Amino acid sequence: MTATLRDLLRRPVAAAALAVIVALLIAAVLAPLVAPYDPDAASWSAIRKAPSVAHWMGTDENGRDVLSRVIWGAHASLLAGLVSVLIAAGAGVPLGLVAGYVRGWTDAGISRLADAMLACPFLILAIALAAFLGPSLTNAMIAIGITAAPVFVRLSRAATLDVASSDFIEGARAVGTREWRIALRHVLPNIIPPLLVQGTLSIAAAIIAEASLSFLGLGQQPPAPSWGSMLNAAQRFLTQAPWLAIFPGLAIFVTVLSFNLLGDGLRDALDPRTRA
Amino acid sequence: MRTRIAARAAQIVPTLLLVSVLVFLLQQLMPGDPALILAGEDRSPEAIAQIRAELWLDRPLPVQYLHWIGNVLQGDLGRSWRLREPIAALIAEKLPVTLQLGVMAFAFALAIGIPAGIIAAARRGTAVDYGVSALGLAGLSTPNFWLGIMLILLVSVHLGWLPPSGYVPLAVDWRQSLATTVMPAFVLGNAIAAVLMRHTRSAMIAALGQDYVRTARAKGLSRWSVVLRHALPNALIPVVTLGALEFGTLLSGAVLTEQVFTIPGFGKLIVDAVFNRDYAVVQSVVLVTATTYVLLNFAADLLYLRLNPRLRDG
Repeated sequence: MTATLRDLLRRPVAAAALAVIVALLIAAVLAPLVAPYDPDAASWSAIRKAPSVAHWMGTDENGRDVLSRVIWGAHASLLAGLVSVLIAAGAGVPLGLVAGYVRGWTDAGISRLADAMLACPFLILAIALAAFLGPSLTNAMIAIGITAAPVFVRLSRAATLDVASSDFIEGARAVGTREWRIALRHVLPNIIPPLLVQGTLSIAAAIIAEASLSFLGLGQQPPAPSWGSMLNAAQRFLTQAPWLAIFPGLAIFVTVLSFNLLGDGLRDALDPRTRA
Repeated sequence: MRTRIAARAAQIVPTLLLVSVLVFLLQQLMPGDPALILAGEDRSPEAIAQIRAELWLDRPLPVQYLHWIGNVLQGDLGRSWRLREPIAALIAEKLPVTLQLGVMAFAFALAIGIPAGIIAAARRGTAVDYGVSALGLAGLSTPNFWLGIMLILLVSVHLGWLPPSGYVPLAVDWRQSLATTVMPAFVLGNAIAAVLMRHTRSAMIAALGQDYVRTARAKGLSRWSVVLRHALPNALIPVVTLGALEFGTLLSGAVLTEQVFTIPGFGKLIVDAVFNRDYAVVQSVVLVTATTYVLLNFAADLLYLRLNPRLRDG
């Protein structure tokens, strides 16, 4: 693991992406301390003011500081990205492991279920789930997590099939290790690397999905700040206050790009053929 | 080949069946009674009982499912709870709009993604390759609703070249129709172009490493003749199937793009249905898109079988 991390840090692009993500995480966790203003404090004397020294990203239609709202928005976006991927992996990996290890009818059932879910376009299924569950950040995370789960089922199933046919698994079986122990102690640790790559890329997709749901009004509810809902509000003031649309979008772009770059770097670092 | 097709076709049926069960069960997630929502102001027990009976909500769940799926198989998707219109008609009305957007988006994606992928692969490891790859990743990381808003800001607000929103059907005025759809189609095509570029690039790199390419080079053929005539046709085979897979990206993207540009298509139908709590429409839209996706994938697999001579056994 440390070898992978060292390899990753030797790649300038991936290392930079990791640095951006760490900085964003710190800003998100320390939002109450880092944000210059209260993100919800309206000020009637500072409505839709362009970026200035006092307000680096300007103010919005209620006179709230955009920078503070972008920082608090990082909190919602990163939380949504991480939690929904944890839900997806938490549901998908055990199912994939069981399908790939037990095989037979169990595998057929689990695989068809994953196929059926993958047949629904990602965002449409997430919208439908969020709509039926009711609009809130928590429900958006659940909806995105469920929608993203089948990818983890497929990936961990394929990796399990691969690992389960190796000699050391045969060896473990020959010395009488119990099946569930083989699956957890020997198969699971060996399928982690591809899952780590997928997890990182899935966080990127989940952040876009959360922003999309919030943009449509199905995620974080106003006045609580989120990048998606800020963009939704910004649409109405495009001519008078373009900065309202520029900064939250830029924040999504930089965050998602960083996770995508980290995922790509991680894939290269974990692949023995492309080790730096 | 026939057995392969039959095996693949046999897989579709259980998948579609499961899709229908999942879509049906969506309704069970809903907090509260659908009959109560439908009743609106008139919440007398009689009115609610009547609605429950009409929609078969008073029957056991498996019976409800069989009733629903029986109707669906006959082309009856039910009625919109709000508009009281048949859902199939609503979908048929909105679909051409999204189809036009989708075709234009694919044209953008093909025109940008494939050449970019070929150039990046042919110039592998150079600044051109890094530049194209970086652009591709940037395209994948840009939320398309934000790209849409930024384009409106630049092209409509600042330059005043194109209308920021609205839609004119092709049959009414094709010039206006293109003017209203070119921006949203570009936005939609952008993410697909990025995916196509990445796949074309890696498929081309694999093809360029093959022996027959080395032979072609050894014969003294020019660089681009080798790239375009020998490597490209083989590299494009796996890219073909991607077209079908990207259908999902297209529809997901259409939801947001149509919202940003106020285009009355399929994507706007589902968003409006969500806000009007018209759950029957939401359910039908999911069912129709998933079914189309499964069938398109099947078609892509058949095409793949036809294009790849190695899979064309006796």
